[in-house]
Amino acid sequence: MPADVLSFGNKPAVSDVHIVWLTAGLSCDGDSVSVTAAMQPSLEDVVMGAIPGLPKVHLHNPVLAYEVGDDFMKYFYQAERGEIDPFVLVVEGSIPNEEIKQQGYWAAMGTDPNTGQPITTCEWIDRLAPKALAVVGAGTCASYGGIHAMAGNPTGAMGLADYLGWDWRSKAGLPIVNVPGCPVQPDNFMETLLYLLFQAAGLAPMIPLDEQLRPTWLFGKTVHEGCDRAAYYEQDDFGTEYGSPKCLVKVGCWGPVVNCNVTKRGWMGGIGGCPNVGGICIGCTMPGFPDMFMPFMDEPSGARFSTAALTLYGKMIRALRAITNSTVNGEPEWRRRGHQLITGYEPKPGAYESHPRRKAA
Amino acid sequence: MNWDPITRIVGSLGIFTKIDFENKQVAECYSTSSIFRGYSIFMKGKDPRDAHFITSRICGICGDNHATCACYAQNMAFGVKTPILGEWILNLGEAAEYMFDHNIFQDNLVGVDFCEQMVKETNPSVWEKAQKKKAPNADKHGYRTIADIMTALNPFSGEFYRETLAVSRYTREMFCLMEGRHVHPSTLYPGGVGTVATMQVFTDYLVRLMKYVEFMKKCLPLHEDLFDFWYEALPGYEKVGQRRVLLGCWGAFNDPHVVDYKYENMSNWGRHMFVTPGVVVDGELVTNDLVDINLGLRILLGSSYYDDWQNEETFVRTDPLGNAVDKRHPWNQTTTPRPQKRDFNGNYTWVMSPRWYDKRTGDHLALDTGGGPIARLWSTALSGLVDIGYIKATGRSVQINLPKTAMMPETYFEWRIPKWSNAIERDRARTFFQAYAAAAALYFCEQAMQELLSGNSKTWAPFKVPEEAIGCGFHEAVRGVLSHHVVIREGKIANYHPYPPTCWNANPRDIYGTPGPYEDAVQNTPLFEENGPKNFKGIDIMRAVRSFDPCLPCGVHMYVGDGKVIEAHHSPMFGVESKK
Repeated sequence: MPADVLSFGNKPAVSDVHIVWLTAGLSCDGDSVSVTAAMQPSLEDVVMGAIPGLPKVHLHNPVLAYEVGDDFMKYFYQAERGEIDPFVLVVEGSIPNEEIKQQGYWAAMGTDPNTGQPITTCEWIDRLAPKALAVVGAGTCASYGGIHAMAGNPTGAMGLADYLGWDWRSKAGLPIVNVPGCPVQPDNFMETLLYLLFQAAGLAPMIPLDEQLRPTWLFGKTVHEGCDRAAYYEQDDFGTEYGSPKCLVKVGCWGPVVNCNVTKRGWMGGIGGCPNVGGICIGCTMPGFPDMFMPFMDEPSGARFSTAALTLYGKMIRALRAITNSTVNGEPEWRRRGHQLITGYEPKPGAYESHPRRKAA
Repeated sequence: MNWDPITRIVGSLGIFTKIDFENKQVAECYSTSSIFRGYSIFMKGKDPRDAHFITSRICGICGDNHATCACYAQNMAFGVKTPILGEWILNLGEAAEYMFDHNIFQDNLVGVDFCEQMVKETNPSVWEKAQKKKAPNADKHGYRTIADIMTALNPFSGEFYRETLAVSRYTREMFCLMEGRHVHPSTLYPGGVGTVATMQVFTDYLVRLMKYVEFMKKCLPLHEDLFDFWYEALPGYEKVGQRRVLLGCWGAFNDPHVVDYKYENMSNWGRHMFVTPGVVVDGELVTNDLVDINLGLRILLGSSYYDDWQNEETFVRTDPLGNAVDKRHPWNQTTTPRPQKRDFNGNYTWVMSPRWYDKRTGDHLALDTGGGPIARLWSTALSGLVDIGYIKATGRSVQINLPKTAMMPETYFEWRIPKWSNAIERDRARTFFQAYAAAAALYFCEQAMQELLSGNSKTWAPFKVPEEAIGCGFHEAVRGVLSHHVVIREGKIANYHPYPPTCWNANPRDIYGTPGPYEDAVQNTPLFEENGPKNFKGIDIMRAVRSFDPCLPCGVHMYVGDGKVIEAHHSPMFGVESKK
C-alpha cells in the first residue's frame, strides 16, 4: 500500500471515502462531542478538503448530520450493500450482549421495516464490519467496554475486540483500530482517522498498533513519562491533598502505569489534561478501566511499592511498573460473548426471559 | 415514512407520530429511547467517592454537570463544605459549559433547521420572504437580510456555522482551565477541586471570556432577528411545540458564602443560587424551595421496560428535617430492567416518567425543562432574587449587562417572560442564557481573583466517608433540571438515582395516561411545511423536539397516514439517491 515516494500531489488511490459512524453502542456520545473539539486536524479541515493528499471524505455521524431518520439511515443500508465503498466504520459505545436475554434490546438504531422493532447495534456491526475498509473504536467503551462494562452491569457490555475477536481483520487486512480515552482525546482521534485516510490514499503504510490495538505513537508512553509533575516524584515530594501542585500518586493517580499522552498533549489546544492540572489519572484509556482502578481516590496498590522503592535503581522501578502495566492492560474476564451474564448482576427471576408484556395501566 | 434516528441531538430518542395531513397537524406522538446502560444497577456496592467519576459518563455533552451534581450530593452525604475559591472555580467551569454547549447546540445542531438549505427544501415561500426581509440588527451582526443569516447557518459551508464551531472550542478551553478536561472532568472531587488556582488560570479564562462577551453582542441580536422573522413569516408558528407552562428549574451556581451542603439549610442556600430554583405552573411561581422541590419528586413507571418497586426496600422514610419521603421518590427507587418487545399500546421505552407532585392540587405534573434556559430564566425572573451587577432579576424579566469589549460598547439585554412555552421561545431563551452565563462568569471571575489575591488559595477540603448517610444534589444540566440521590450503607453505595433533564422531557405516558412533554408538545403541533406526504421532512416536528435540546440516545420515527398509523411498510428512502 505505501507509495515509494510520499507526495501530497499524487492522486489518492481512491477518490472518495465514507466515514460511517455508529454512536448507538452503550455510549454517551461523548466521543463524537469530543471530536468536534479537535483542531489538529478539525472535522471541517477533513470534510472540506483542507488537508492535501486525501480522498474526498463523506462524514455520516448522527450528532452532526444534516439528514434525519431514513434520509440519514440510507448510508448505513448502502454501506451494507457495498454501494459506498470504501468506508471506515467508527463505533462509539460499549457493545451490549444481546444474547443474555430472550427479547427486547439494550442498544439499537433504526427500525426494522418488517417487524417494526428496533435494529440492534450488534446487528449493525454484524452487517457492516465485514464490508468496512477499517473498523475504529472511538473511545474506551467501544475499545474495551469501559464504564458500562463495569462489574455488576446488567447488559454484559464489552469492547469491539471482545465482540468481533482480537484477531479480527477487515477485508483490507486491517486489525480493529482502538483509540481509547473516556472520552477520546480530540486530536488523538482525528489524527488516527487522518492516518487511516492517508493509508487509504496510498500515502502511508499499515497503521502501527500495539497488542491492545492502539496506535503506538499515541499510546506508547505512560501518563507519568509525560507529566510535568514527575520531578516531584523523583524528589520524593508528594501531594497529600487535592489542589496540591505536586505529584498526585499518593492521592490516587495511576499515571505511572497508564498508557496515555494527555499530560504531553493537554486536552485541547495544549490546555487542560489530568495530573498535570490537578486531576488524578483514573486509567480511563485502559482495557482494565474502570474496575482495576477503583476506588479511584485511593493510592494505587502498585504505587505504594514503587514509591517506597525510590531509593532503588530506576531499572527495578521500571520492571515493577511493567508488571502493573501489563495487569491493567488486560480486561476483566466477564467482558465476553455468550448466553451467560457473568458480571455479578443477577436479573430478577424471569426478567430476561420471554414473557407476556406487562400492561401499562 | 419513518425517521430513526433523530440526528443533531446527543443520544438516542425516538418519536413516533401519527400525522393528520388533511388538517395539517400532528395527531399523536410517542417518545422512545433505544438505549439502556444500567447506572443505578452497577453503581450499587461501589465506593461513594467514585460516584462523580462514574456518573459523568452518563452524558457526553454535559457529563460535567453530572459530575458536579454528584459532588454536591457527595458533599451533603460526607458533610464537607468546599472552600470558597474551589466553589468559584466550579461555577466558572459550569458557566463555561453553558457557554459552550448552548452555543454548539444552537448554531451547529438546531441552527441547521433554520438554515438556507433546510428552509429551501421545506418552505420555499419563507425563503422568498427572507431574501426581501432586511435584518433589523444588521449593524450589530453584519448580515443584511434574514436570508443572509440562513445562508450563514448552512452546515460546514456557512460562515456563522463555522464561527460558532470555533467559539465552541475556545469556550471548551475555558472549561478545561477550570475542570481539566471536557466532557468528563478530571479535577472535580467531593470537597472541592484539584485545579491549581493561580493568576495564570484566571487570566487565561478571562481573556477567552471577553471574546465570548463580544461574540454575544452579535449572536444575540442575530437570533432575535431570526426568531422574530419566523413569527412574521409564518403566522401561527407560536403553536409549534407549544404546551402548558409547566417548567422546572433546580437552580445552578451555589453562592460559596452561603452554601454549606446541609440538607437542613437547603431552602436557604438554594435561594442564594445565582440561577434560582423554581417550579413554574401557568406562569406562577409555585415554589423556589429546594426542600419542597425534593419532596415533590415522583418517579412513575410509565410505559417503560422496568418492574415496579412497590414491594422493594424503602431506603429513606423521612428526610433529615423529618418530612415523609414517598416510596416513588428517587431515594427509594429500585431499578429492575425487564427487556421486552417495543409495543406502543404497552411499553415502548427505557425511560420512566418523572413527575412533580403538586400538593396543592394532588396532580402529578409532567414538568419540562424547555431545554434548560427558558425554565432557568423564567424561574429566576419570577423569584427576583439574583442581583449581581452584571445580572438583575426583576420579578418579570432578567436584565443582563455586558461590559465594553475590544470592538463593541457596553451592551444591555433584557429577557422578558414570553407569552408562550413553545419551540421558538425555548430557542430564543437559549441565546439569552448564553449571555447570562457569560455575565455570571464575569462576576465569578472577579470574586475568584479577589479571593486568590486575598491569600486564600485553598480549593479542596478533606472529609471522611460515613458508614451510613444520604445525600442529594440539585443542579441545572445544560438542558435542564438535574438531581442525584444517594444512599450510603456500610460505607458503600446502597442506592443511587440520577434524574437528568431528558428523562423529564422525553418520557412516555405515565400510569395516569399523562403524556411526557415531547409527546405533549408535538401532539397538536400545526404543520407549516410546504411538502406533502411524499417529500415530508417533518421540519416543524423536528423544531419542536429539538427546542428541548434532547440528549438521550434517541431517534425519531414518523408514521404518516390519513390520521391513522400506517405501519412502516414503505421502503426506506433510497430514492433520495437520485437527488445527489
